[in-house]
Amino acid sequence: MNVRVYVTPKKGILDPQGAAVERSLPNLGFTGVSGVQIGKIIDLTITGDGLTAAAAHEQVDDMCRRLLANPIIEDYTFEISEG
Amino acid sequence: MSSAPVRFGVVVFPGSNCDADSYHAISTFTDTSVQYLWHKDTDLKGVQAVILPGGFSYGDYLRCGAIARFSPIMQSVIDFAENGGLVMGICNGFQTLVEAGLLPGGLIRNTGLKFVCRYVNLRVETIATPFTSACQTGELLRIVVKHNEGNYTVDPETFARMQADDQIVLRYVNAAGDQDEGANPNGALDDIAGVCNAARNVFGMMPHPENSVEAGLAGGADGRKLFQSIIDTVLRAAEVTA
Repeated sequence: MNVRVYVTPKKGILDPQGAAVERSLPNLGFTGVSGVQIGKIIDLTITGDGLTAAAAHEQVDDMCRRLLANPIIEDYTFEISEG
Repeated sequence: MSSAPVRFGVVVFPGSNCDADSYHAISTFTDTSVQYLWHKDTDLKGVQAVILPGGFSYGDYLRCGAIARFSPIMQSVIDFAENGGLVMGICNGFQTLVEAGLLPGGLIRNTGLKFVCRYVNLRVETIATPFTSACQTGELLRIVVKHNEGNYTVDPETFARMQADDQIVLRYVNAAGDQDEGANPNGALDDIAGVCNAARNVFGMMPHPENSVEAGLAGGADGRKLFQSIIDTVLRAAEVTA
């Protein structure tokens, strides 16, 4: 199964990179932009005999909580697709 | 009174670059012994205090300290800390301690988006820790920072609990000893430079006391008191049990 994990700065925590980009957009004529946040995408593949979607979901959630994201400073979501 | 030296261990991760400085700093004290602890080992070799040094462990991949936190030696350091052992994390070591959950909060990118390398003034906010007991409350220490992700952040509930429990150990201040936006090198919440856990045996700080242990050299000697505090704490504990 193909997994795409999205990691973003936790809501309510200032993202210095996002803030810098947000400040530069008006210089290009893009006004009214707010809430710029810069995160990362992590792609991975999981295989396993008889791996169910539910079991894959549980595994990915666990790896996000323990390593791929730091829940104290980051939020995460992910998508799983058969591949 | 025991005259046995206080046994320090300095963890070496791939990418640590202040391990030799930390080792040297400890060896400038007469009543210490120090050895390196390799990241792949699990044996803490009977040390009484563990230093997690600065650097770029595992290339700072994913997040600073995130990979180091799962190294074999860290599992032993976590057990050691949970049993009351003294653990001090400096810079990348601090980042590793928050990743490991041994200290509250997190360290994110500096608000200026730049690597900062300069002297800062630190105010000792509490001397009720094994790492600051040789200081005076409110004392100023002038030492260096050198980091890109030193912007300390923590949720409001945890922050309130940390304040109530006297866990804010060091703050960035100006030369007069006052909090001042210009004195904060990285945007850290409430100018926080160093914190301890609720049990007070685990301490992390972004600045580098190991670079300030020799009077007459550029770094000065203001970092000595932090190491001296650890030495005093271990020797006092030995006296009690002797």
